[in-house]
Order: sequence, then structure tokens, then C-alpha cells
Amino acid sequence: MSSENAIGRSIELDTKRSRLWRRKGADLLFAAAALAAMLAALIVLLALLGQLLFDGAGRLTWQFVTSFPSRFPEQAGIISAWMGTLLVMFLTALTAVPLGLGAAIYLEEYAPSNRLTDVIEINIANLAGVPSIVYGLMALGLLVYEFRLGQSFLTAGLTLAMLILPMVIIASREAIRAVPPQIREAAYALGATKWQTVKDHVLPYSMGGILTGLILALSRAVGETAPLITVGALSFIAFLPHPPIQSDPPFISFQWLFDPFTVMPIQMFNWVSRPQEAFHVNAAAAGLVLLGMTLLMNAAAIVIRNRFRKRVHW
Amino acid sequence: MDAEVAKSHVFEQARESLDVLVSRRKHKERAIELLLLGAAVTSIAITAGIVGVLAYESSLFFTQVSLFDFLTDRQWTPLFAEPHYGILPLISGTLVTTWVALLVAVPAGSLIAVYLSEYAPHSVREMVKPALELLSAVPTVVYGYFALLFVTPALQHIWPDLPGFNMLSAGLVIGIMIVPYVSSVSEDAMRAVPIHLREGAYALGSTRMQTALRVVFPSALSGIAAAYVLGVSRAIGETMVVAIAAGMQPTLTWNPLEPAATMTAYIVQVSLGDLPHGSIGYQTIFATGLTLLLMTLIFNIGGHVLRKRYRQIY
Repeated sequence: MSSENAIGRSIELDTKRSRLWRRKGADLLFAAAALAAMLAALIVLLALLGQLLFDGAGRLTWQFVTSFPSRFPEQAGIISAWMGTLLVMFLTALTAVPLGLGAAIYLEEYAPSNRLTDVIEINIANLAGVPSIVYGLMALGLLVYEFRLGQSFLTAGLTLAMLILPMVIIASREAIRAVPPQIREAAYALGATKWQTVKDHVLPYSMGGILTGLILALSRAVGETAPLITVGALSFIAFLPHPPIQSDPPFISFQWLFDPFTVMPIQMFNWVSRPQEAFHVNAAAAGLVLLGMTLLMNAAAIVIRNRFRKRVHW
Repeated sequence: MDAEVAKSHVFEQARESLDVLVSRRKHKERAIELLLLGAAVTSIAITAGIVGVLAYESSLFFTQVSLFDFLTDRQWTPLFAEPHYGILPLISGTLVTTWVALLVAVPAGSLIAVYLSEYAPHSVREMVKPALELLSAVPTVVYGYFALLFVTPALQHIWPDLPGFNMLSAGLVIGIMIVPYVSSVSEDAMRAVPIHLREGAYALGSTRMQTALRVVFPSALSGIAAAYVLGVSRAIGETMVVAIAAGMQPTLTWNPLEPAATMTAYIVQVSLGDLPHGSIGYQTIFATGLTLLLMTLIFNIGGHVLRKRYRQIY
């Protein structure tokens, strides 16, 4: 009788133990699956880099960087594309920084809680979700045809500035919000005005976060293609824009603002959509340059973020 | 006595100059505040520009094509001799690529998020997160290259009769691209779940997997749903990958193994050509853009509603 009981108990114990093992096994399997998903994502990233390097590294010569596009793939290069990217980025930053920073400062430091503030906040959140090509359509209708800026550097820079504005505002607001209120109170206590407080205390302390967000936004803009195609980027530009600095008075020329433009991703898109394989090699080489630009910018953002995070202890 | 007068005079003067200074400072402060408000209001102007341009050009389009035809015609051939203006083929292309992308991004992104938030040690998380963010930093035109010249040939080993342009490889690549959007927002949501909920589950003998799937995941559902919605609207609006890898032929099909055009790819295709401003062909891209904007808007509002409905208050 008692031995039967003991057997029953041990069977019960065995099933419990096996259930426990099964649960632990499932747990392990799940962890493995999750780890596999993560590795798969990273492997894809490596495959992408590998493919680009394998296809394009050989083509990445000095001649490639300093030549204009050509219908002969071996002679084609990217000088108009990377110059274009630099100029467009300059205009984008020049527009997006004051607007984005100004809006962020207003919303964090000045805005009363009223309906207008609510509308602005909701509006910025919504703008961040608008597909980039829609910005391109708006720029085509408004900047190109309504304001008659043409299919120019100016249009391209403004389009990308509008596109990254929500990102700049959101990142700057977070950085400004991270500055503790005691800093402001101390400044006010010494008789500083609101703007003095912002300019001399809040902004310097939040500069790390602001710069990080700005660089990330610009690195996104560097890779943007679709909105610039809609505003009429040309993919074959065998000349450079008018130089901004002249030898004759008035020395500075704004003629280049209205020149036709192209940028790196558009050059790459043009090459990749051609049937000839020789152009695909060029596309890969251009892709390497483009990827190099974005990776550098991302690395810079990470470095800045870490440096400022370490330095500031509230 | 004279000294008294002189003293009060000096005092008066100092006071006056101080008043001038204060009022000047006030004016300056006011001007700065207005400037900052102006920067904030710019975002509203951008939205107004987007909605205005799309609505205006689309209204011109709909005076020539009935809304009924637009929504029910099964062909989209606006540039042919005998034009058809049915948006359905473009919508089917968009939905198929989005669907494929979500089949990749939702499971992979969720698994990665669970792993990073519940399993991974701190050092792994610090390393993996920036690496994953690189996935979303890669320019989309580079992803297009990858889809057309790496993923499609690889898939053709499995399905030899897979066409060179197909929605499957475009969708897969978009899916990988949006993994970081899904995983990082989901992870934030899961990490916001208070630790005592997990401790409760562990105290009752749950494994990590049971805790993660039955306690943490449901508690974070509102944030996770928002991450999915973000992924959906990114996938719908994605342009370059589909323009390069999925083809530009509008076909009403639900089979991802076929080539098809999405709304964004159509806009790119038309923008690459030279359509005269004001023609009906020019207006079609705005009507398409408006449809795209409305679709993303619906998803964004849906995400907002989900978020509100399932918001957990601890």
C-alpha cells in the first residue's frame, strides 16, 4: 500500500519534472529564435555591405570621384553628384537649423498651453509620418511652379529642409527638456531674461543632443532620393554649378542657387536602373561613397552623444 | 541743498536710463519670442502647403475623371492613347509589398525587441542597438540596389521563373529596413513595463519566456501596436526600393511573385519623364499622392486610437 503510494508520488514527480524541462526547453528555444532574428538582421546588413564592396570597390578610383557622368560606363564619375550633395546639404542645414531650433525653443520654453500650441504639436507629430515623396510633390507644386524657384539647388535644399524639420524639432525638444529646471531658476534668480537664460544656459547644455539629432536628420537627408526626383533632379549633369565665390566684385554669387542639380543617390538610382551591367558596377561604387557618408555621419552622432553624456552630470 | 537736488537728479537720470534699458530689453525679448513663434508656425505652413497643393491639383484631376472611375476602374494607364484612371492596381501593388514587408518586420522586430528588453545583458544591448539603427540609416536607394541585384538573384535560385522585377524581393528588403523602427519602439514600450510585474510572474514560477509573452508583451501592447503602425506607414510610403526592384508596370495582382507598380513607384516614374505642367498626366501624380497621404493618415490615426484604447496605467 505504502509502496504503491511512493510509486504514484514518484510518477507524479516525474511528470512535473518533465513539464519543467519542457518549459525550460521552450524558454531556451525562444531565446535562440530571438537571437537568430537579431543575427539575421545583422547578417543582412553585412551581406549588403559585402555585396556593395564586392561589386563596387574596384571601381572606386580617383578618376571615378573626379569625373562627370558619361554614357561610357568606364569613363563615368560622380563629381557633379557629390558636389551637388554637399551644396544641397549646406542649404538644407542652413534652413532646417534655425527653423527647427527656433520651433523647439519656442515649444519648450515659451509656448503657453493653448490651442495654437496643441495644433503645432499635433501637426509636427503628423508631419513626421508623412511619406517623403509627398514632400516632393508639395515642393513640385509650390516651390517649382508657384514660387518659380525652378528645378534648382534652392528647391532641393528647401525640400529636404522641410522633410527633416520634424526630426530636428523633435530631437532638439528632447535635448532642451533634459536640462533641469534648476538651471533656469538660477539664471532667473540672478535677473537674466528668458532669452538670456535660453541662450547662455539652456542651449549650451543641450547642444550635444541637438547636434546628435541634427546630424542624424542630415544623414537621412543625404540618402533621400524620391522627393528630389519629383522636384526634377537631373541624373546627367556634365558641368558644375556656378561658383559661389568670384574674383570680380561683388565676389559672392548666388547664381548657383538656380542651377540644375543632381545628388549622389540620384546618380546611383540612374545607374542601377540601366540594363547594362557595367553601369551597375558604377552604381555599387556610388553606393559605397553614399554609404560611407551616412555611416560617417552616424558615427559622428554616436561619438557626440557619448561625449556629452559623459561630461554632463546633473 | 544743491547737493541734494543734484543727487536726486543723478538718481533720476540713472532711473530713466535703466527704464530705457528695461524697456529695450522687453522689446528685444518680445521680438525674439515672435521670431521663435514664427519658426514653430512654419510647420503648420508646411502642412497647409502639402494639403493645399495635393487637394488643388487633385481637384483639377477629378473634374476630368470621376471619383467612381478612379476607385473602380481596374486599369491604370493614364499615359496611354486610351487612358484608364483606376487607382486599384497601384493600391494592390502597395498593399502587397507592404504586406510582405510586415511579414518580415513584425515577427523579427518583435522577437528582437523581446530579446533586447528581457534577455540581453546590458553590454549586448549597447552594441546591438546602434548596429540595428544602421539598418534604418542605409539610404533607400542602396536597399533598392540590394533588392534588385542580390535578393532577386538569390530568390531565383529557389523559384527559377521568378521575374527580375517582383514585389517579393522589394517587400522583403523593405521589411528588413523597417525592423529597427518596429524593434526599438517595441523595446521601449516593453522596458517601460514596471519590474514588479515581472517579479510577480517569476515568483509564481514562470520562465522568462512565459513572463515575456504573457506578462510583459500584453502590458506593452499599446506601445507595440504603435510600433507596428509606424512600420506600416513607413512601408506604404517607401519609394526607391519598389521603384528599383518591383517594376513600374501597374498590374492588378495580389501575387507577390509578379512585378507591379506601387503608388510611390508610379510617382517616381512620371517625375522622371517630362510631363508638361498642368496636363492631366501631371495631375495624376498629385491624385496618387493624395491617396497615399490619406492611406498613411488612416494608419496613423488608427495607431493613435489603438494606443489610447489599450493604454495601461500602472
